[in-house]
Amino acid sequence: MSDHLLNLTLHVWRQDGPTQGGRFETYQAKDITTHMSFLEMLDVVNEELIEKGVQPIAFDHDCREGICGACGMVVNGMAHGPQKLTTTCQLHMRQFNDGDEIWLEPWRASGFPVLRDLVVDRSAFDRIIQAGGYISIRTGSAPEANELPVSKADADKAMDAAECIGCGACVAACPNASASLFTAAKVSHLSLLPQGQAERRDRAQKMVAQMDAEGFGSCTNHGECEAACPKGVSIRWIARMNRDLVRSLIRTDKPVASRTAP
Amino acid sequence: MELRSNEPTGPIEHRWEKHKEASKLVAPANRRKYNIIVVGSGLAGGAAAASLGEMGYNVQCFCYQDSPRRAHSIAAQGGINAAKNYQNDGDSIHRLFYDTVKGGDFRSRESNVYRLAQMSVSIIDQCVAQGVPFAREYGGLLANRSFGGAQVSRTFYARGQTGQQLLLGAYQALSRQIEAGTVTMNTRTEMLDVIVHDGRARGIVTRCMKTGKVSAQIADMVVLCTGGYGNVFYLSTNAKGCNVTAAWRAHRHGAAFANPCYTQIHPTCIPQGGSYQSKLTLMSESLRNDGRVWVPRKKEDVTKRPEDIPEADRYYYLEERYPAFGNLVPRDVASRNALYVTNEGLGVGPEVDGERRAVYLDFADAINRLGEQMIRERYGNLFEMYERITGDSPYETPMRIYPATHYTMGGLWVDYNLQTSIPGLFAGGEANFSDHGANRLGASALMQGLADGYFVLPFTVGNYLGEVRTLPELGEDHPDVTKAVSSVEERIQRLMNAPDPKHAPEYFHRLLGKIIWSKCGMSRSKEGLEEALREIPKLRDQFWREVKITGSGAELNQTLERAGRVADFFELGELMCIDALDRNESCGGHFREEYEENGEALRDDENYTYVAAWEWTGNASEPRLHKEPLTFEYVKPTKRSYK
Repeated sequence: MSDHLLNLTLHVWRQDGPTQGGRFETYQAKDITTHMSFLEMLDVVNEELIEKGVQPIAFDHDCREGICGACGMVVNGMAHGPQKLTTTCQLHMRQFNDGDEIWLEPWRASGFPVLRDLVVDRSAFDRIIQAGGYISIRTGSAPEANELPVSKADADKAMDAAECIGCGACVAACPNASASLFTAAKVSHLSLLPQGQAERRDRAQKMVAQMDAEGFGSCTNHGECEAACPKGVSIRWIARMNRDLVRSLIRTDKPVASRTAP
Repeated sequence: MELRSNEPTGPIEHRWEKHKEASKLVAPANRRKYNIIVVGSGLAGGAAAASLGEMGYNVQCFCYQDSPRRAHSIAAQGGINAAKNYQNDGDSIHRLFYDTVKGGDFRSRESNVYRLAQMSVSIIDQCVAQGVPFAREYGGLLANRSFGGAQVSRTFYARGQTGQQLLLGAYQALSRQIEAGTVTMNTRTEMLDVIVHDGRARGIVTRCMKTGKVSAQIADMVVLCTGGYGNVFYLSTNAKGCNVTAAWRAHRHGAAFANPCYTQIHPTCIPQGGSYQSKLTLMSESLRNDGRVWVPRKKEDVTKRPEDIPEADRYYYLEERYPAFGNLVPRDVASRNALYVTNEGLGVGPEVDGERRAVYLDFADAINRLGEQMIRERYGNLFEMYERITGDSPYETPMRIYPATHYTMGGLWVDYNLQTSIPGLFAGGEANFSDHGANRLGASALMQGLADGYFVLPFTVGNYLGEVRTLPELGEDHPDVTKAVSSVEERIQRLMNAPDPKHAPEYFHRLLGKIIWSKCGMSRSKEGLEEALREIPKLRDQFWREVKITGSGAELNQTLERAGRVADFFELGELMCIDALDRNESCGGHFREEYEENGEALRDDENYTYVAAWEWTGNASEPRLHKEPLTFEYVKPTKRSYK
């Protein structure tokens, strides 16, 4: 519970809009208590900037309890900062020392264009899900829930994969800016369940095609995604997705047209 | 204004069927001719947009987040109730109905609650078919747990992330419709007004949060699933973006706002650490099963390390005051007692603005009795979360907890069809007032959101469109539309150009929150509410004079977004206090200090068995009250007692 004050120097990526160039600006964060969360520290800096008439630093955030996936920035070169299994909103200032210099950047990937400062457009993730990340079931037409038993092991594994919060840290951390971990988590969640079998073949193909169309790179097994993932989503799902993909390519003769990003 | 609940009559178990039989339908081929706006993409909005799109309607869905998957439904931890009776422990639709009406302290509409209990069963079927990975038993069937003091195990859950998994189910169903072209999704778009034409809701005015562009969205009807207003307290467990603006704008156009004083406080949250605090984090209530709540008996001990306070100097106030229930008293009782002991100066933890507002939740006894391993198995993830936020390990030192707002039962008044008092404007989920009465039971919020979204709205929306058939053409150049757009633009200009700009919107929001929390929070009094009603308009005037927003309205401007929301919280906050002052009784989440007996809430069924639906009159300080009387045919009102 020991609480002390920090004085920090922030180097923050500022960019006025998607088409403008960006630059680092330096700000002082004074008398920051170690109990503060990282985003609260930015709130304090921003409130001071507003009172001085300077545009505050734009960043995405919402639930501030590590589940919505809205927040995310690269802190000193690490997606979501230095603490393992922690989103930026759950990072606290006790992870830092008095006098530290902190560099803040947006997720950098061509699939995630910068909108302003640290805010990026992650709608590519939505389009990957739209390409096939669901089970087609009409509202009201579902069979009785207990009609189809699912082994506890499979249900637990599906839940492991389903924990992904769609924050994009995997892309930001990957040297190829690959969205494989995100895509594989959804492919695996659904293909582990009996309900997901009917569309299993097409799903992997469609989602991977969309991932490519969005400009994300390929997976070359660096493992940075798993290391950066705040939910500990495992890289083994990528292997599983690739198995689904290869099987579907062998067994399906109809080509799947890739959609284009708008 | 006339409030007609439009409930069907007859035996309660047949009412929904009967209502459906008597309702109008829209033929499949005609559905694509109708344009429906759904605002919000949480459990209610996401499920409604997906289901309506699937039926063939033309749906426009809007959310302020960058993706529909981020709506705050995602943060619900505990679970979702359903009357499946898989555990063979005597559960039934009737029992879930009974528990919900009683839990709501007899301030909800029986017909709505019964329908909710009926729908609960189909929700689980729907979600399992979507691939929601609910917890399962070794035999492969669905697991349940007992939740929030229920006497049956009817709660379905997906680890501690039930809300997340249910929302992702709805989000995936929505994504499927977006791909199919039946739903157009508009993210990072905020609704700032309703367009009313010829007495009917015909669209909304939106602001694109990326470019600042204000535009009119015209449709045949509008569905608001925009969540609750808990952020009026500034500090709550809600997401930072949660706001009342959509509902409040509808209210200002004639939608009655019901029971705003019914807000729920959760007793076990991580307390405020300093004045910089931006939100509060909820810790599962299950912690009270093994943790003992206490504060020091002596004021001089509040700054000592808890380990240094001898047993005799510890005040286990819940165990002493409520020997039968002890630490497991209901949420409101636990919350109020934390308030009382900290009022007495016995609160612990860091001083924030001159007050110590925290109590201990101590696991030392449980660890001695059951061993650290057992406690780790039960609460490991919660302890980790606590340590990440506070830096303290609950294995070594007691947790510090304090109550926080986390749900609002009040909301837009709706009839049995979930239609507000503006024809063509519907409200679902936490945004409406409909099912929880004065108090919501644990694991019922997710149930209501999905019941409204998957099963009620798709049907009642069709009934409305079937009734109105064709609506007159409404062009973007119609005065009703251009006036709505220009009033939004003017308001933005007014916010941007305050005469004497000094402070960021948060500055005012924090002050407003403090007034509402201390005077219209866990415990309310006539005197305090009257004080609040004097303070709020003054602060509101100061806000409009001194709010400072940098940049312009024509760009991504998060300060402007917040300022607009704070402005609406000011008006809603005032209405909350007016409603709380009007309700001279204590019921559910509304506790008036004048109406209690030995610390127990004193309900006044004779005079207050009604829904308070407030009409906007043009002056925030003088709303008009309409009463919808409530009748109880199936569950007879009884008094709660936990002594």
